[in-house]
Amino acid sequence: MMAAGTAVKPMNAEAADELAAREFLRVVETHRPQIFRFLLSSTRDVDLAETLTQECFLKAHRNWAGFRGESTAMTWLMRIAINLQKDHWRNRRMQFWRHTRTNSVDLDEASEWLPSGERSVEQQLLAKEQVKRVWKAVEDLSERQRSIFLLRYVEEQDLGEIAQVTGLSEGTVKAHLSRALKKVRAEVGGWR
Amino acid sequence: MRIGSDENGNAGFGGDMKDAKLEQVLGNFKASVDAWSETAYSRPRTVAVVKQWGWRAAAGWALGCMVVAGSLTGGFHERNLYREHVRMLAAQQALQQQMAAEQQSSAEDADLLAAVDTDVSQEVPRAMEPLARLMDDDTSR
Repeated sequence: MMAAGTAVKPMNAEAADELAAREFLRVVETHRPQIFRFLLSSTRDVDLAETLTQECFLKAHRNWAGFRGESTAMTWLMRIAINLQKDHWRNRRMQFWRHTRTNSVDLDEASEWLPSGERSVEQQLLAKEQVKRVWKAVEDLSERQRSIFLLRYVEEQDLGEIAQVTGLSEGTVKAHLSRALKKVRAEVGGWR
Repeated sequence: MRIGSDENGNAGFGGDMKDAKLEQVLGNFKASVDAWSETAYSRPRTVAVVKQWGWRAAAGWALGCMVVAGSLTGGFHERNLYREHVRMLAAQQALQQQMAAEQQSSAEDADLLAAVDTDVSQEVPRAMEPLARLMDDDTSR
């Protein structure tokens, strides 16, 4: 509550710009690692994930003034990241006649990154094998299923958030997730 | 994270998969992605400049060459036109100067002739001077 007689000092354009820039910087610092992680798990390519993350925040910066806070900044950024990723794969498909080299790491390498914790060597090997199988299943998923699966089980977003990010209804998200999980289960089931 | 249901009560997707083992596998998968991402994110970044000689680059070069050649040709053409123009102006000036000089000399000639005529008409040969004096005396008379 404002005290009586207190005049509201109007903010000049320069101060408003500075405030917006500071706010954007805070958003970048908070969400950049998560956006990078999602893009890394989607592409299994560190360089590509970095490039797409850069592009994501560049795009976000350009449109920052238009962000009205109808969704959370994270949802908004994730939507941009998914669209960039889609564009990237679409461009790759369009360039099918070109020899395009992919920097995606193979499944063995991707499965290497597992904190040892308090596991025995045997348990670690088993866990790595399991992770490798999940990567294999993820690789075989459709683009949409993969995004939804990763948003759910790596980014730990709920169905409502995933629906907002992907622009799909919750029912559709649920159906895609169910199919994705079925495939992962089948892949992992080979080991069970 | 529960596979059969989530914190928002989104039960049903994989409701038949209340499977502790699968949960553990997915947990390991997430831990693996987290570890990889953290390591990759905090690694020192280098900027790699990859030069790709694709058709776009070739087309760009060709276009660039055409532009340069065009501007050079245009420049030469422009320069030639300018030279031609300067030459024409110089020729015109020379012609004008020549005409002015001719006019001046013809005017001088005319003046000279007029002066000569006057002088000649007023001058009397020495031999005729007594007669001329006589004529002057007659006139005074």
